[in-house]
Amino acid sequence: MTNTSKNLFNVSRGTVIHGKWKKQTYLVERKIGQGATGTVYLVNGADGEAALKFSQPLSITSEINVLKAFAKVRGSSLGPSLLDADDWENGGSVYSFYVMEYIKGPTLTDFIKARGPSWIGVLLLQLLENLHALHEEGWVFGDLKPDNLIVSGPPFALRCVDVGGTTKIGRSVKEYTEFFDRGYWRAGSRKAEPSYDLFAAAMVAVNLVYPERFLRDGTGSRQLILKVKQKQELRAYAPVLVKALQGEYASAQEMREELLEALGAASHESRKPSSRPSHSVKNNGRTARRRQQKKEKQLFGLASVLGTAVLYVLYILTEVLM
Amino acid sequence: MKQGTIRQILLLTDGCSNNGEDPSAMAVLAREQGITVNVIGIIDEDASNQRGLHEIDQIALSGGGISQTVYATQLSHTVQMVTRQAMTQTLQGVVNEQLKKILHKETDLEALPPDTRGEVMEVVDELGETANLEVLILVDTSASMASKLPTVKEALLDLSLSLNARMGSNLFSLSIFPGKRKETEQLIDWTPTLESLPAVFSKLSPGGLTPTGPAIREAISKFKGKRHKKGWLPTDDEYIEKSV
Repeated sequence: MTNTSKNLFNVSRGTVIHGKWKKQTYLVERKIGQGATGTVYLVNGADGEAALKFSQPLSITSEINVLKAFAKVRGSSLGPSLLDADDWENGGSVYSFYVMEYIKGPTLTDFIKARGPSWIGVLLLQLLENLHALHEEGWVFGDLKPDNLIVSGPPFALRCVDVGGTTKIGRSVKEYTEFFDRGYWRAGSRKAEPSYDLFAAAMVAVNLVYPERFLRDGTGSRQLILKVKQKQELRAYAPVLVKALQGEYASAQEMREELLEALGAASHESRKPSSRPSHSVKNNGRTARRRQQKKEKQLFGLASVLGTAVLYVLYILTEVLM
Repeated sequence: MKQGTIRQILLLTDGCSNNGEDPSAMAVLAREQGITVNVIGIIDEDASNQRGLHEIDQIALSGGGISQTVYATQLSHTVQMVTRQAMTQTLQGVVNEQLKKILHKETDLEALPPDTRGEVMEVVDELGETANLEVLILVDTSASMASKLPTVKEALLDLSLSLNARMGSNLFSLSIFPGKRKETEQLIDWTPTLESLPAVFSKLSPGGLTPTGPAIREAISKFKGKRHKKGWLPTDDEYIEKSV
């Protein structure tokens, strides 16, 4: 590419970065991330640990705008808070950067791997709550995916480390990842609206049980619905995911309520005694049970007859031998 | 506010031109007329073609656009990103010009403090969302492209999906080179969506030389000719609604 996405940012440990405009200084600890849009370093500033991102001046400016918007969203802690934005003059070049809160924790993918799929539903609830607050402020998240989500804590909270895809409602989503993009699956437009995020949120759950992901086969959302139904781990709330994949939820709140209900019902069900004997019991209920009891009685009778017979034969044998 | 129109040629090719004018010269010609030329080079996973790659970069540089070389599998994402970035770049150029006029000195976006830059960027974003866009897609259908055409089709459908999610209106047109009888052949005239694309692509029979230069020259004339036509203006509401 002639003008973008070349990662020219390579700063070694111990480098001191001076802000040109606001005069803050940061000591580089180590690189913590590198993506298509820039490089992120762990740094030490006046207020302790922070994450510093270098990127192309123009994409970085958009991201800063988004982070500022996030700061205005009350009741949502999805994105990192913005601490500083400045330029660094070094060796005749100017590098734009911004500094944000350093969010510690495993990615959602690693977290689920370590703790098991029963966490998927619970964390999805949290995600939906955060998305709802964001949507209320007139934004959609856009590029939602497990690699971008960090589980901080305990107490566990879902946070997002890349807000580059965040878009004003009504505009078009510019940054996305194919697997989570409803446009890729031919399941809807790329217009920024709450249902776009809800589709992606459902796909986050899908990705967590299909870590290898899969390619589209041309059948649109039908393929996805089938994939959801094939996984035992998602069974409790599969209908909620299916509705989200078909764009049937108008708000994150609505999806969250139905998910909550499905999860509640699921845990209630698991508390019931889980022993499930033979088919006949399940199919015919009381009569079958009675029939079985009868059979048991017959068996008991037969056994006692046999037992007496054996004892009798032994008795005769001992009589004869003596 | 009356919206301007951004004009782009999007060239998809896999390598070297071997017929007619120098494509870079033709890209300069396009740029002189306010048309940006973006180039996407589609390469095979196993082969690397240095001359082809160099030419791809040169055309985009000359045409004031963006170039990127990708493997066929990454095409969809790239096509829409390149188009977007080129739009932003064009708009930034316009905004930078305005800034210079207002501030009466040689200054551009990068020279402003971050907060002011953010406000300017917001304007650029807004313009990118609402501007009208005309994209002439130019597809290389020489023999070596045969195996890549199904991916190209998917990528272009994807582009149409992305751009039609914008608020501004879009017009697409598709030409291929080489054509059956001429160097270039127009397959789809200016239209707000690319719905007819799959049908058109199924009839393609790749083969022949690669006259990239003449194809760009021909593409420029398609923009000119269109202005005389009736009914393409964005004020025609019915026409625009179809594109949403």
